[in-house]
Amino acid sequence: MKHKSRSNSARMTRRTFTAGVGAAGFVAGTAPFNIVRAQGGPLKVGLLLPLSGLQAGIGQDCHYTVDIAPPILKSLGLPDLTIMSGDTESNVDTARARAEKLIGDGAQLLVGAFDSGQTTAVAQVAEQKGIPLVINIAAAPAITEQGYKFVFRIFQTAPMILNDAFTDQKAVFALAGSAPKTVVFLHVNDTYGTAMSKGIGAIMPKHDMPYTIAEEIAYDPAARDLSVEVAKAKATNADALLVVSRLNDAMLLTRELVKQRWTPQAILSMGPGWYEDQYLKTLGKLSDGPITFSPWYDPHKRLTPVLEAELASTHPGVNLNTDHVFTFEALLVAADAYKRAGSTDPKALADAIRTTDITDNVSVGPGISFNAKGQNDKVRGAAFQNRSGKLVTLAPKEAATDKPEWPLPSYQNRG
Amino acid sequence: MPFDVYLNVAIGGVLTGLVYGLMALGLSVIFGVVRVVNFAHGEMMSIAMFATIVLCAALHLDPLILLVPIAAVLFVFGYGLQRGLINPFITRPEHTQFLLLVALAIIITNTLLIVFGPDARSVQTSYAYDSFQIGPIIIDAAKVYAGAAAIIFATALFAFFRFTLVGKAIRACADNHTGALVVGLDVKRLYALTFGLGAACVGAAGTMMVLLIDATPMLGPSYTLLAFVIVITGGLGSMPGALVGGVLIGTTEALAGLLFTPSIKSMFAFAILVLVLLFRPQGILGKRLA
Repeated sequence: MKHKSRSNSARMTRRTFTAGVGAAGFVAGTAPFNIVRAQGGPLKVGLLLPLSGLQAGIGQDCHYTVDIAPPILKSLGLPDLTIMSGDTESNVDTARARAEKLIGDGAQLLVGAFDSGQTTAVAQVAEQKGIPLVINIAAAPAITEQGYKFVFRIFQTAPMILNDAFTDQKAVFALAGSAPKTVVFLHVNDTYGTAMSKGIGAIMPKHDMPYTIAEEIAYDPAARDLSVEVAKAKATNADALLVVSRLNDAMLLTRELVKQRWTPQAILSMGPGWYEDQYLKTLGKLSDGPITFSPWYDPHKRLTPVLEAELASTHPGVNLNTDHVFTFEALLVAADAYKRAGSTDPKALADAIRTTDITDNVSVGPGISFNAKGQNDKVRGAAFQNRSGKLVTLAPKEAATDKPEWPLPSYQNRG
Repeated sequence: MPFDVYLNVAIGGVLTGLVYGLMALGLSVIFGVVRVVNFAHGEMMSIAMFATIVLCAALHLDPLILLVPIAAVLFVFGYGLQRGLINPFITRPEHTQFLLLVALAIIITNTLLIVFGPDARSVQTSYAYDSFQIGPIIIDAAKVYAGAAAIIFATALFAFFRFTLVGKAIRACADNHTGALVVGLDVKRLYALTFGLGAACVGAAGTMMVLLIDATPMLGPSYTLLAFVIVITGGLGSMPGALVGGVLIGTTEALAGLLFTPSIKSMFAFAILVLVLLFRPQGILGKRLA
């Protein structure tokens, strides 16, 4: 009995062999799902943007960065990235589904997603799956207030944008030697517009602004006719328009201003829409004059002309703007973190992003680094104006290239 | 707020409402005669909108010039649809008609999505930024042209039903189906003609609508719903009722946007619908059923 027992323990039986082969097969079979790999190949970055739907114009503008970033990152000595694009279709639910699919397809880090609502959904997926998300553009403050460990934002939050916007507005008024006494506040009724509306109520009183808000008018992001909104705004007799909009509605608002023959003293935008290339090209001379207060690029930084040159060679005639700059910087953060982490392990990547300290960047401000909440607290807003199809930086002083044209030239006398 | 602001907004609402009315007129004509509810109505308007955009870009023609050709194309489409697909369902239970037309709506939307993608498209006209000024009143030129075209098209349709033999025969079918069969009218052909005329209405409305809004493939369901609200408000089966309903809904939306928050203006169209259903279920110009 004793001999038999010893013999059994030492001998490789057919059952033991089968179990061993099965175990080896299981390990081999599940290996592709293990996303921890040593550095060597490119980092797989899932880039989520609204490439179709209501925000398609802006999403496609952001997506130009896929063409301009690789040679610049290479020149900076950073590792290659493999970009896996996902279209959120300007829809929150689709954004969530695309994020899950990109992770399922092997994305090791996510970048996106321009819109606050869509980004909120993507952030939930990223945190749940433990995959780092670097937010290029999205301003709703709540995204970085959830205690997420894998979510990082290089863009400003709505309160940060508003604080800088009010500071820069006063600088622009001083340069112009004139200021509106009343404004009408038109804003899109989505996550971003609502966040900005709430923020204005809380932040504007602290800045002692020269104007008061005569009326606040909210409108549907899918609105196809803004004639009533503009008629209502015009009826207030306000000196200027304060707007938070998207691209399509910015064009609709401009068309209505022309049709209703109203040229306010100034259009002060605190969001996208008024500076995008599609706005400038579609409206031609009618696009001149609006001043946008938003995170922007510093024309004096070393990397800015590099980015402009690359954009000019890949997409001739397109002006560098916030969409390209912050999508590029999100990819820059990803590549920099991958280089320092030396691994595609999500936790190592997240730890590396958390200790980011980039000073050779493009946006206005001293650089990119993240606080404990994952928010880049070094980025600063700027003021810039549409001028003959180009964009001119007005404030802050260190980034300014020209003085404002004030007041807005009449829409009826533009030829 | 100055009175001229209300007047400006109300005139804009009336002009938009006329185009809405022409669209709903098609639905009313089809239901009034064929007794089939066209659940693909908004989607048929989307077809007309995209056809206008494609032809404007390809031939450099104004949408106003394309109105009649596109209405004719939609007439042929509607006629063929009725003869080939819907006619066998006329005598079947209503839920099968409903499913058939909802399926058709989904097919149209997805076909447009495949062909044109999900993005908004528009036409560029020489008068896109023009407006007429009469004293303090400023009226959008595109809305004036669209509203005028809607009135002309609707008048022509009324005249067709009132003064032509075919129009009278169609009205006879609507009034007494059995009687029409007894006197030897070709009811199936008249039904197809009616469906074609309804489709032509929605085709003309779609051609005018591109002057007012951008086209997207997903536009269909919301405009099908709007057409229902208008015809139920105006009176299901009543042709003048559809135009009155369209103007009422268009004006209400515009004034509600001015008086309250613009983002909730659509709510008022549905509030009117609820009031009409409560106090005049047959609609403003509809006939009370015995």
